[in-house]
Amino acid sequence: MTGRMLIIGAGEAGARAAMALRENGFAGTVTIIGDEPHLPYERPPLSKSVLAAESEPAAPFIHTEARLAEQDIAIVHGTEATSIDRAGHTVTTANGAIFPYDRLLLATGAKARRLRLDGAGPDNVLYLRTFREALALRSRLMPGSRLVLIGGGFIGLELAAAARLRGCDVTVIEMAPRLLARAVPADMAARIAARHEAAGVRLILGAGIERIEGDITGHAVLLSDGERVPCDGIIAGIGAVPETELAEAAGLAIENGIKADERLQTSDPDIFAAGDCCSFPLALYGGRRIRLEAWRNAQDQGNHAARSMLGASEPYDAVPWFWSDQYDLTLQIAGLPDEGSETIIRDLGDSSEIRFRLAPDGRLLAASAIGPNGKIAKDIRLAEMMIARRAKPDRGALGDPNVKLKTLFLAPAGQS
Amino acid sequence: MAAPTASQWIDACDRDDIDEEDVIRFDHDGRTFALYRSPDDAYFATDGLCTHEKVHLADGLVMDNIIECPKHNGRFDYRTGEAKGAPVCVNLRTYPVKVEDGRVWIGID
Ligand SMILES: Cc1cc2nc3c(=O)[nH]c(=O)nc-3n(C[C@H](O)[C@H](O)[C@H](O)COP(=O)(O)OP(=O)(O)OC[C@H]3O[C@@H](n4cnc5c(N)ncnc54)[C@H](O)[C@@H]3O)c2cc1C
Ligand code: FES
Repeated sequence: MTGRMLIIGAGEAGARAAMALRENGFAGTVTIIGDEPHLPYERPPLSKSVLAAESEPAAPFIHTEARLAEQDIAIVHGTEATSIDRAGHTVTTANGAIFPYDRLLLATGAKARRLRLDGAGPDNVLYLRTFREALALRSRLMPGSRLVLIGGGFIGLELAAAARLRGCDVTVIEMAPRLLARAVPADMAARIAARHEAAGVRLILGAGIERIEGDITGHAVLLSDGERVPCDGIIAGIGAVPETELAEAAGLAIENGIKADERLQTSDPDIFAAGDCCSFPLALYGGRRIRLEAWRNAQDQGNHAARSMLGASEPYDAVPWFWSDQYDLTLQIAGLPDEGSETIIRDLGDSSEIRFRLAPDGRLLAASAIGPNGKIAKDIRLAEMMIARRAKPDRGALGDPNVKLKTLFLAPAGQS
Repeated sequence: MAAPTASQWIDACDRDDIDEEDVIRFDHDGRTFALYRSPDDAYFATDGLCTHEKVHLADGLVMDNIIECPKHNGRFDYRTGEAKGAPVCVNLRTYPVKVEDGRVWIGID
């Protein structure tokens, strides 16, 4: 097939989709427009190894320049796509260039949610979404410097761990009464909290923030209970907002993200969406519409959107999967842990555990695991494959660490 | 892919130290390897660390002739070291393996 494939957003999903177009035999032009100054790079290391690196880190690029050239993928860097002319099938960029397309992919990602508080501004609150921001942040992580992290979500907690590794004095302030309220079961979150406290992080939970104070001589966060937390830097990790402006201005349907169908096609048949910006129905959970901010989803949807752009009709039905690393702990989650009505815990030894969520009819819907690096990965992967095939594993065997999960997986679906 | 050569055979483990269709870690002289036993009871060895982000493959899942990395599920054919697609694109090095008197030996250059 020939023609012009245009991708807006040179991130995980966009980079993957471009490569997948070639892998699926597309011979026409493939162009990616990206507003960042670099080639596409991986974001997960930004809150982990990039911050912890001893010497100035390099951006963790997804593809080398040579590989992109070899696949004849054009990347237009450092310029933002500013409008889509759907009737004319063109995209215009900030520098006035016009790009025609036959099929367009929106892979615009998400942006860090801004803190709306008295006194908060660009001079005293930092965010972490881009490599540039990671470098700016890293330069602040000096031994002994006092940091306040606002938000006890994954990015804030990974950052807290990295900052402790570099010898900073770290306080995490979270509004909710516990960490990771949306994503992780309560006792697993308690374990993560304990690990942070053991590392010397101060956690202030259930806290209201009154305002931010700060000038070049120092900052402080003022809490509702009157406490003043003085610090040298404030970083907000309070979630991400899907980047939908361009799609909205072009009149595409939006629903907590750019609204796509099960093939990842938007309300315009020639425009597709993938990654953090995309909301889609997941057949695995009865067509529940979700949006995921996760690395694997960006990869898988990039692949899937590429195939759909080439005319494939199969629905996107991958099992959601997420990981986080903090200190020596890894957390991996397969499926949607807020689904299901029953929890079964399997003790994996070495203080690792996996929690399964089952539907009333015994179908496995989700699995969350925590433990030292590597201990949990195999079992989560097997759980993920069982979720994908809608298996109903034996409850007793699930909870019995002496029964290898692989034997359950190899049993026929629905009757292991 | 060129067949790997061995200049030194190292005694790595007992043949039953590796379950069928599984993988273990083996360290020698500052290097780390992954040793596999396939479903049809053959033994293989590769470099221990995934070529994507250097995570140890011994924590990964063996399915047939594939090892899946524990970190991002990058896949390799452990018989040939071939990377089977994103996110891994660099192949693993493989090493010859022989089984003698119930012991597994790995050939290191
Ligand atoms: C610090 C950090 C740590 C993370 N850690 C993990 C982790 O441990 N595990 C995990 O599963 N996930 C993690 N994630 C999430 C994961 O990185 C994202 O889900 C993934 O990057 C999403 O890919 P994407 O392509 O949808 O968006 P992005 O990677 O955000 O790429 C979108 C790109 O589009 C560009 N863009 C937007 N609008 C325009 C426009 N109009 N014109 C041109 N370019 C535009 C953006 O600047 C950006 O470069 C992390 C994310 C961050 C920020
Ligand atoms: S570290 Fe192995 S796939 Fe990423």
